[in-house]
Amino acid sequence: MSFPLGVAQRQAFGETMASLAQDDARILVLDGDVGSSTGASLFEEAHPERYLQTGIGEQNMVAMAAGLSTLGFVPFVTTFSCFAVARALDSVRVLVAQTGLNVKLIGGYAGLLTGMTGKTHQMFDDVAIMRSLPNMTVIAPADEVEARQVIRAVAALEGPAYVQIIREPSPVLFGDEYRFEIGKAVMVREGSDATLVSTGAESVRVYEAAAILARRGIDVGVLHVPTVKPIDEDALVRAATTTRFMITIEEQSVIGGLGGAVAELLADRFPVTVKRLGIRDCFGESGPNDLLLDKYRLSAARVAEDVETLFRERVTATTN
Amino acid sequence: MSPQLSLGELEALARRTRREIVTAVAHAKGGHVGGPLSAVELLTALYFRVLRIRPDEPDWPERDRFILSKGHCSIALYAVMALRGYFPLEELSSFDAIDSRLQGHPDMKALPGLDMSTGSLGLGFGAGVGISLGAKLSGQQFSTFVMVGDGECNEGAIWEGAHVAQRYALENLVAVIDQNQLQQFCWRDRTSVERLPLPPYNGGELARRWAAFGWKVLEIDGHDMTAVIEALEASRQLQGAPVAVVAHTVKGKGVSFMENDYSWHSRVPTDEELRQALAELADPVALSGAR
Repeated sequence: MSFPLGVAQRQAFGETMASLAQDDARILVLDGDVGSSTGASLFEEAHPERYLQTGIGEQNMVAMAAGLSTLGFVPFVTTFSCFAVARALDSVRVLVAQTGLNVKLIGGYAGLLTGMTGKTHQMFDDVAIMRSLPNMTVIAPADEVEARQVIRAVAALEGPAYVQIIREPSPVLFGDEYRFEIGKAVMVREGSDATLVSTGAESVRVYEAAAILARRGIDVGVLHVPTVKPIDEDALVRAATTTRFMITIEEQSVIGGLGGAVAELLADRFPVTVKRLGIRDCFGESGPNDLLLDKYRLSAARVAEDVETLFRERVTATTN
Repeated sequence: MSPQLSLGELEALARRTRREIVTAVAHAKGGHVGGPLSAVELLTALYFRVLRIRPDEPDWPERDRFILSKGHCSIALYAVMALRGYFPLEELSSFDAIDSRLQGHPDMKALPGLDMSTGSLGLGFGAGVGISLGAKLSGQQFSTFVMVGDGECNEGAIWEGAHVAQRYALENLVAVIDQNQLQQFCWRDRTSVERLPLPPYNGGELARRWAAFGWKVLEIDGHDMTAVIEALEASRQLQGAPVAVVAHTVKGKGVSFMENDYSWHSRVPTDEELRQALAELADPVALSGAR
């Protein structure tokens, strides 16, 4: 199975912002001096007067966005996910989440594949941290098709949102008929042996892993959860009811992210076995993308291996 | 927009504000005292003379914006806002209470008339930079005033924002700096055995730093009502760069035993201390008789 390679989410982000702003005078982009990396440069080319360089100072950039939003602007704050979330967290917490102001935080270079930068720039807990904030909507699109719709959806949303954007081009999972909706998960593949639950760009690799597993006689469903908060409770409970075996997989730490969200929800509403795959409580490193995905067990092949192991263990446990 | 009060009336309002501050903190058995007292003339001048505001229409779009970035001094702002008519004076007794609109640190979701929620030092200032830039982008004429503490200027975010404001030449932005010379626990003179508190910035050093960041700087005695009004009015008119009004003040101003004592940063007066403070803050006999 192979999908056509799409453009990078960051390019889709920049193009969508430029297009959005043609019809919506409220849209601004704030840049912490990484516009050539995040796609914000595409917005600047189209709307130089509404592109605001704020220099390398993320606490102040988020604070400025909070202030701008009180005048009716819709500011999109763009930087790398590590800076948007870790560096600027107090601004985000006090001025955006606590106030509920209409600020959009775009975390570029999300996850493992950050262009050889290594652990300082690889943020594995942005989803965990952002979803712990009251009032915050947290979204991780899978591909460029979904990313374009996510950006339009959060622009229309009244209130704070965090969107993770991936640096690298990835295969396109969704066709033109796909319709993203905030808070809705998508069953991209049905299966009876287990439900693989994933978010962000990892969903594309998980979808490929499901095909590998099918060839080995393991029939897994794939539930893509772009909105980690508010999470689609009904879709998760429905999937848990069907397969009673949930495996979360994400390009994030296994602590507190999608896996945490799913485990918390199902513990409350429909306790079944939940296993969590992802970055295993460690920091990253620099290296070529394919080797990183292999080492951190996030490639389709590694995901298929690990899911198969979990599946065999479960079969053994239930037959003993 | 503001009532034209005489200098004497403004000074009386400042005394009244100080009485409300110490009373509210004693009643709440919590909150901050020293910093609110140092900011009183600045806030009184802003709300009763300088700011273009409509207390009965707190979200009037053309209003001047004010942000108390040194948010722990909320009770001073609340007292001035109540006296100005934003809400009933009696509500000051709910300061810090559960479910109160008068939260320990200003909460724009709780109380109308607050242009930003503040309390984490250094961040309200950046919000003011954003508002000021937004006004410039959209051609709005209002000014944005942000009150910043001198201790607060330890925060790196202040200087991030100061740099950006200068780059965008935000002449509609005024930082009102309450340089009361004492922060919560203070830097210490390490050559002395005694715990001698040192100011966050010596004398004119803070004004020089703002000037070095490209801001126009006005230095004043922050308790001289005439000087405060003149500087704040002048700050609106200066062109080409943001303006810092550096006000030299006394922490705990107006209550002899609170002045220049960092332990009164946040300390609850006893009944006897409250009595003495109110006595010191009373209007002169002739005036109080007239009121």
